[in-house]
Order: sequence, then C-alpha cells, then structure tokens
Amino acid sequence: MFDTSGARKLVEVRDLKMHFPIRTGLMRRLTGSVKAVDGVSFDIYEGETLGLVGESGCGKSTCGRAILRLYDPTSGSIVIDGEEIAHAPFDKLRRLRPKMQMVFQDPQASLNPRMTVAGIIGEPLQEHTDLTADQRLERIYELMDAVGLNRDFANRYPHAFSGGQRQRIGIARALALNPKFIVCDEPIAALDVSIQAQVVNLLEELQARLGLTYLFISHDLSMVRHIANRVAVMYLGRVVELAPRDALYEDPLHPYTRALLSAVPEPDPAIHDAANRIILQGDVPSPANPPDGCNFCTRCPQVMEICRRIDPDIQEIAPGRFVACHLYTKETEKTAAHAAQSTGA
Amino acid sequence: MPDGATPFVLDVRDLKTVFRTRSGEVHAVNNVSFTLKPGELLGVVGESGSGKSVTMMSLIRLLPMPPAEIRGGQVLFEGQDLAHAPEDALRAIRGARIGMVFQDPMTSLNPVFTVGYQIMEPLRTHMGLTKTQAATRAAELLDLVGIPDARARLADYPHQFSGGMRQRVMIAIALACEPKVLIADEPTTALDVTIQAQILELIKELRQKLGMAIVWITHDLGVIAGIADRVMVMYGGQVVEQAPVRELFANPQHPYTRMLLETVPHIRGARNDKLRVIQGQPPILSKPPASCPFRARCPQAFDRCARENPARFDLGASHDVACFWDFKSGAARHV
Repeated sequence: MFDTSGARKLVEVRDLKMHFPIRTGLMRRLTGSVKAVDGVSFDIYEGETLGLVGESGCGKSTCGRAILRLYDPTSGSIVIDGEEIAHAPFDKLRRLRPKMQMVFQDPQASLNPRMTVAGIIGEPLQEHTDLTADQRLERIYELMDAVGLNRDFANRYPHAFSGGQRQRIGIARALALNPKFIVCDEPIAALDVSIQAQVVNLLEELQARLGLTYLFISHDLSMVRHIANRVAVMYLGRVVELAPRDALYEDPLHPYTRALLSAVPEPDPAIHDAANRIILQGDVPSPANPPDGCNFCTRCPQVMEICRRIDPDIQEIAPGRFVACHLYTKETEKTAAHAAQSTGA
Repeated sequence: MPDGATPFVLDVRDLKTVFRTRSGEVHAVNNVSFTLKPGELLGVVGESGSGKSVTMMSLIRLLPMPPAEIRGGQVLFEGQDLAHAPEDALRAIRGARIGMVFQDPMTSLNPVFTVGYQIMEPLRTHMGLTKTQAATRAAELLDLVGIPDARARLADYPHQFSGGMRQRVMIAIALACEPKVLIADEPTTALDVTIQAQILELIKELRQKLGMAIVWITHDLGVIAGIADRVMVMYGGQVVEQAPVRELFANPQHPYTRMLLETVPHIRGARNDKLRVIQGQPPILSKPPASCPFRARCPQAFDRCARENPARFDLGASHDVACFWDFKSGAARHV
C-alpha cells in the first residue's frame, strides 16, 4: 500500500472551480453557468495513483482537463511540481507541458487518422525537443517497445490497429517527453474486458519502471480499486469523499459513496443474493442549477434538515480520510455554521 | 412445422449469419443453438464481435439484408420458423410477440415524436386500440416502469427525459403488447451504476409481475450474475459454454470463461496485485471456422484444437461446453 507520510506532493489543487457560461437568445446573453467543477481540493503524491470516480456529469473529466490547463479554470489554484499553473501565461505553460501529459478515453478520436504511428508518437518530440530525425526515430522505437507495439508497424495509420493497440499508441505519445504526471481520462472505458486488463497492467508496469504519478479518472469502481492508491469520489462538481483505497472500499463514509459502491454489480451470483443494495431514487440534479445546501441532499437516504440549508465543507475526520457530510460534522460546528448563516455572514 | 407442445418459447437451431462485404464474407454467427423456457432470463455474455447482438437480431431478422444473410438454421417461435417466415409474419411478431430494448435510449427513441406517441404506436398497430384506449394504456405502462406523473409526461419529448428515464420509456414500449419474449441488448451499458441498479430492480419486479422470458445481452459479468437464470458465453460467433448462472460462475469449464472471470477486478473481497490477461486479439471471422476460434489465445490448446472445431459437450446438470480439454481430469476429452 502506498504510504503518503514521507511522500512529496506533486500536484496540489486548491478550491478549483470550472464554470461554463450558459448563453441564451439572439444576443447570447449570459443567463447562468454550468458549475462542472465547483470548489475541488486535493493533493496527489509523487509516485501514487489517485483514482477519481463518479458518475457521468459529475465533473471528473472536466476536473482532469482543468488540472492540465486544457481549460482555463474559473478560479482556484493548481500547483504541479512546485509551479502554479492555474493562471500561468501561455509561454510558461508551454515550457511546463512536457512534465504533464494526458491519455484520453477514446483512442479512435484522440489519434489523427492521417498521421502514422511514428508521426503521432514523434509529434511531442518535434515540438518540445531538439532531437535530430534519427534520434527521434530511435526514441519512437524505444517508446513503441515500452508499450508493447511492434516496431515494424511504425509507418501504419491508426485505423490498422485494434482498440487496445490504439490506446497503447496514446500511452506512448503521453510518455514521449518523460512526464512526471499523467492524467488518464477513462483510458479503458472504450475497450473490451479482456483488453482492459492488458492496458491496466501496462500502465502499472510503466508506473513502477518510470516512477510516474497518475490521476486515474474512471467510472469503473472495480478497476479503480485495482489500480489506485487513494480514491476521490465526486458528485455534482464536488469531491464528497477522499480516502486511501482500502479504507474507502471497506468502510465508505459518505452516503453517496456507500450507495455507489453497493450499486456495482459483483460478478458472483452468491454475493448478489446476500447483498443489501442501497438503490438511490431519482437522478443527479443539473449542475447548472444545483440544490441549496448539500448537493446530494435530493437523493440522500440519510438526509437531515441541516443538509438542505448548509453545504458541508470537506474535512479530515481521520488521518487521510476526507469527507464532506453533515453526519460527520461536530455539533458545535453545526451551530456555528447555522449562526453564521442566519446573521448573513 | 414443430408441434405446439414444445416446452420452449424459443428454440434456435444451428443459426448461421453471414455478412457479405466488399472485402469478403464475415461469418458473424456460426451454428448457434439455444432454447428459452417460459419466464426464463437467459444472459448472453461476450466481447464486441463475439456475435451476441447479431445472433439476437438475426432471430427477428432485424439486420440490414444485404449485407447480412441468414445462411442456415431454424428459429422456432410459436409454431413458426422465423428464419424462413415471410416478412409480413415477422412484422406482426416484432414489437408485439417479441419486444426489444436497445443499448442507447437516445438513439433508439425518435426525437421528433412525443414519448406518448411512441408508446401508443405499437398499441395501435398491433393491438388495434383506439387513440383514447392507447393513451390510457400508455399511461399505465409509464406508471408500471416507474415514471412519476405518467399521464402528463406522455406529451413530453425524449430530450425532456434523463438517460435512465429514457431507458424506462424504451422498456415501456417493449412491454406495450405484452410480449412473450423480451430481447434486451446491453440495456444498462450506457447508464451510470446507480441508475443501472434502478433498472435492474425494475426488470426483476416486472418479470415477477408479467412472467415473460428475457434474453439479456451484456459484456458485464456483474450484471449477469445478479439477474440471469442461465448464461450462454459466446466467442468468435459461437456458443462456447452454457450453464445455470451459479454453476457457470462456480464451475466454469471453458478456458475463455475461466480467464474472463479472472480478468475482471472485484469491488469486494481479496484484491489481486496483477490482473489476469487474455493475450492476443479476438479472431477475424472471414471463413467458417474449421478449428476452435479461441485456439490462438488458449493456454490449454493442443493439436486437436487446430484440426477441429469442438462441438458442445453435455456435462450434465444443464451445463455444456465447446472444448476438447477436460479440466476435471486435467486431460483431453475422449470424444
């Protein structure tokens, strides 16, 4: 198990917000915003894999993209390897790009169909390094070996490869500049079960060999349990719980985490008969119009009166265990929060 | 023509479906046989390209023909062979005696018609209900699948429903004419887990209420474990193993089934440090298989597997497997 006590923080995200404007009418008047990521804070330690899970629309992919500055965040701070990038200017960002890379969900859509494999893997090298053509080809071959692609296929186009192999091309491209940090955005979601294991094992091998740090975004809770050291659970733009992997899966604290874990169908008929499922009612509210108070209060089986008024802060209730829920807020703090709200502070 | 006393609602024998493409033929379904008892839920598991969807679409000839062509076999349903029945007869069966639910509820509902219209359509065509009767029945159906305020929502368009609600609408349409058989093709794959859990509960409930037989196609072993009575595993356009659900998970006998069960990580219980990998790629089905389609990826493969395509061996207890290797004795099967 990954030990965070002596580890260095490679990525520090503080109160990250990513709001997208909603414009309506002929004049494109600003009429609201989709709060895709609404105040998210977490750290990623060097060499670990942080799993980021949640259902579609919870903001997990937006969060991953905003951290790499593929979007310009609305507010908040992102420090990667000691450098603040949330509002860094373009030229500084470009200098930092080699350190941080991304593997995308759909290997079909994220590879240019008109470029050869060598062209795709070599493009970051061409942009960011002074390698000669020969040196570059050498590096491309090295990367193809590393991800288990046959060198002979360097001049083929993406369509000639299967889904799993295409994802290997995407991984090779991400590795080209020796990054420290890779955001893997649903890297296996588009692959078949038997191919998923191949890609996940490859990611794990590369991490062990190259000391990589991953943010692994996925909706597959079983796979995240396999690959992640710590796991953050998102719901409607917020991180509701963050904990070391075993603690989260064995003893989930937030009612949403509990429901989410109990909804995952286990491939074992004996467990199904015994499992006490928590079936959540209703759907996720729109991130353009989140409910008052806690975002989960409309579906929470343990909702209390306070949840509909006051949004719980995320707090560390045990070493390394963060949760944003009033069930774990101390009575004194509740009264204080209540008082603060009623005086209009 | 078979007699009416068959114990099966659906009896498929040696079905073969071929796609003719410019670059040659694709043998998508090869000699698939299976049966479905009244009220039973048969799970069909396989990866993309294993032929699971094409098999089920072939049953009701819901494939573009050409390029698809049913080259052989029988599909016996209510005293007719659907593989050879005239198109009119099939039209009377599709959506009426055999209902269908597809994977993506957004693309399978028509965005320019109200949900009410789309539920009423089969009621009016197949059951000859009047507009008012159909509207009443449609509201009942929406209510049955758990959509609140059903009557008012008939006038809404698909985009006004969430993904999970749209899938409920699809289920309502499929159930409209009280089919004997429901074919559900990855009906929860596009949904989130908490919504998937809602739909699975709904299906369990509806089965008890309505008692139809269901064919449930999925690649998700977890879903199958929770909902199926019997499971059929497909690989390379063939059925490689078939057994009651508990038997299949406790005692898988095909190397592919065994490996498939080991490649998926679990959410509870012990955690393996490394996932089992099935090396290689699924086969390209450009020829009718003369050997075992799993041979190239199989750790158990031996010379016979390259020479012959194994037939399905009956192992007793409704369990059969298409493999020459016998895990029980740890040796090749003598047949």
